[in-house]
Amino acid sequence: MQALIQIEKLNLFYGAFHALKNVSLEIPQRAITAFIGPSGCGKSTLLRTLNRMNDMIQGTRIEGKIEIGGTDIYSGDVHVETLRKKVGMVFQQPNPFPKSIYDNVAYGPRLHGIRGKKQLDEIVENSLKAAALWDEVKDHLKRSALSLSGGQQQRLCIARALAVEPDILLMDEATSALDPISTLKIEELAQELKDKYTIVMVTHNMHQAARVSHQTVFFLNGEVVEYSDTEKLFSDPSDQRTEDYISGRFG
Amino acid sequence: MSQPSKAAANSFGKRNGRAAALDRIFTGLVWGIGALVILFICGLLFLLLKNGLPKLTWDFLYGLPSEIEEGGGIGPALFNSFYLLFISLVISIPLGMAAGIYLAEFAPDNRLIGLIRICVEGLSSVPSIIFGLFGIALFVEMFQIGLTILGGAVSLAFLNLPVLTRVTEESIRSVPVELKNASFALGSTHLQTIRRVLIPVALSGIVTGICLTAGRAFGESAVIILTAGVTTSGEMWDFNLFSPGETLAVHLWYVQSEAIVPDAQEIAQKATSVLIFVVLLINLVFRVPLWFNSRKTKG
Ligand SMILES: Nc1ncnc2c1ncn2[C@@H]1O[C@H](COP(=O)(O)OP(=O)(O)OP(=O)(O)O)[C@@H](O)[C@H]1O
Ligand SMILES: [Mg+2]
Repeated sequence: MQALIQIEKLNLFYGAFHALKNVSLEIPQRAITAFIGPSGCGKSTLLRTLNRMNDMIQGTRIEGKIEIGGTDIYSGDVHVETLRKKVGMVFQQPNPFPKSIYDNVAYGPRLHGIRGKKQLDEIVENSLKAAALWDEVKDHLKRSALSLSGGQQQRLCIARALAVEPDILLMDEATSALDPISTLKIEELAQELKDKYTIVMVTHNMHQAARVSHQTVFFLNGEVVEYSDTEKLFSDPSDQRTEDYISGRFG
Repeated sequence: MSQPSKAAANSFGKRNGRAAALDRIFTGLVWGIGALVILFICGLLFLLLKNGLPKLTWDFLYGLPSEIEEGGGIGPALFNSFYLLFISLVISIPLGMAAGIYLAEFAPDNRLIGLIRICVEGLSSVPSIIFGLFGIALFVEMFQIGLTILGGAVSLAFLNLPVLTRVTEESIRSVPVELKNASFALGSTHLQTIRRVLIPVALSGIVTGICLTAGRAFGESAVIILTAGVTTSGEMWDFNLFSPGETLAVHLWYVQSEAIVPDAQEIAQKATSVLIFVVLLINLVFRVPLWFNSRKTKG
């Protein structure tokens, strides 16, 4: 498998706080990579460097290099809007806009200049189908997105992210606010999406990482401790700290 | 062994008597005071409207005022009220919203901006007559254009500006940051996020602010007396910005205190009811689109 994202010697500082320490990773294309590790170890921070959402946090400083498809995403001629169009994100809490279901999904395409009603209809339908939500909402697309359940809202957010046709989908604990059934649905969804998209997910749920991901990265205090195939990492970790973590001895 | 009393037959039947009593007293108190205040407001409205409203005629609303005889109307003053309000809002809404958006979204977090924020806050509670004096200094003394609709409208706009700025800033700030992130993560520019997420979500708060300022501006008298005068050009539909611009609220004060027409009392009553009616109307006009909007967006 080819590496789509290459992170080289990445260091990130929040003011004086050194949040990511010398992180180097290669994330393969069209596969699911999971980030695990105890709270505060920098998983979300690393995820946000990939679509440069950290840019909006005052006082962050970055050293090192991140390449996506061979392009250094922090170089001067990269437009952050274009980058984010290619690197979609799903957040921990479902965050639909207080607009209709349709307008939520059409939001991204409209931002990027798609106006035609037919074209938008098509995008909305395809995205909702891809997010396994179409059957539940097709008869009331004009209804407010806030009228959906939490799990439905999260799938709507996935549909909204897919509607701009990203290559990469970042999911930051996207199921942690959901019930087991909705969680399962989103895990199945991730399985289907991985044929078309590169997925990076942060999770606190070890079983989830083991169930859905191909590669797993274990972080501790801003450092990568271990990075290997999921199966190997969970069955035969090479670092003592990984073993302690996955067997629940700390974190 | 004591028998359980009848009231506590089931194990959830007991409750802390003191807390329950306090709770009941408090509920009753809030209800009572609420009802009293509503009653008071309704009574006040009724008192103010009962003498004027039934006697209103189109002639009165439309007619020219008279200096000596009975039966004068309030046409030009009413027109000026709307005209001045309109101009002042056209000036102050875009400026106030722009300043508010700047403070909420772009302003760096430093001492200077902190100071500006305090100034804006202070200005929004300064007595309106200060703005009237400022208007005199600017239009009457510096530009020497006398008491005009233009001077009145611009001074009114200055009066509205701090309030609109504050309301906009606060409404935009109260939009959940999750929504902002969602928009940015989809690749929107800052402008797109402001236009498509922040303003629509903050709109209800902003409109409430506009209603309050519009109502206040419509009923404002001190600023107008000092900058637009206590006379009208005496014609209907006089759009000339340099005409004197007495408004309804000023006319009300004038009729009550200075006028020599025999029916001054009645004119005042009728003008009062028009004034109240229009302020209620302004609120309604701004609110109705919001209700439709919230029917679409709320769950
Ligand atoms: N905006 C910020 N400013 C300063 N420090 C921050 C900021 N965001 C995160 N940090 C710090 O950086 C470290 C990593 O945070 P991060 O959110 O990436 O952790 P995480 O691994 O995602 O944790 P969790 O599992 O709880 O979500 C933490 O110590 C946190 O306190
Ligand atoms: Mg996190």
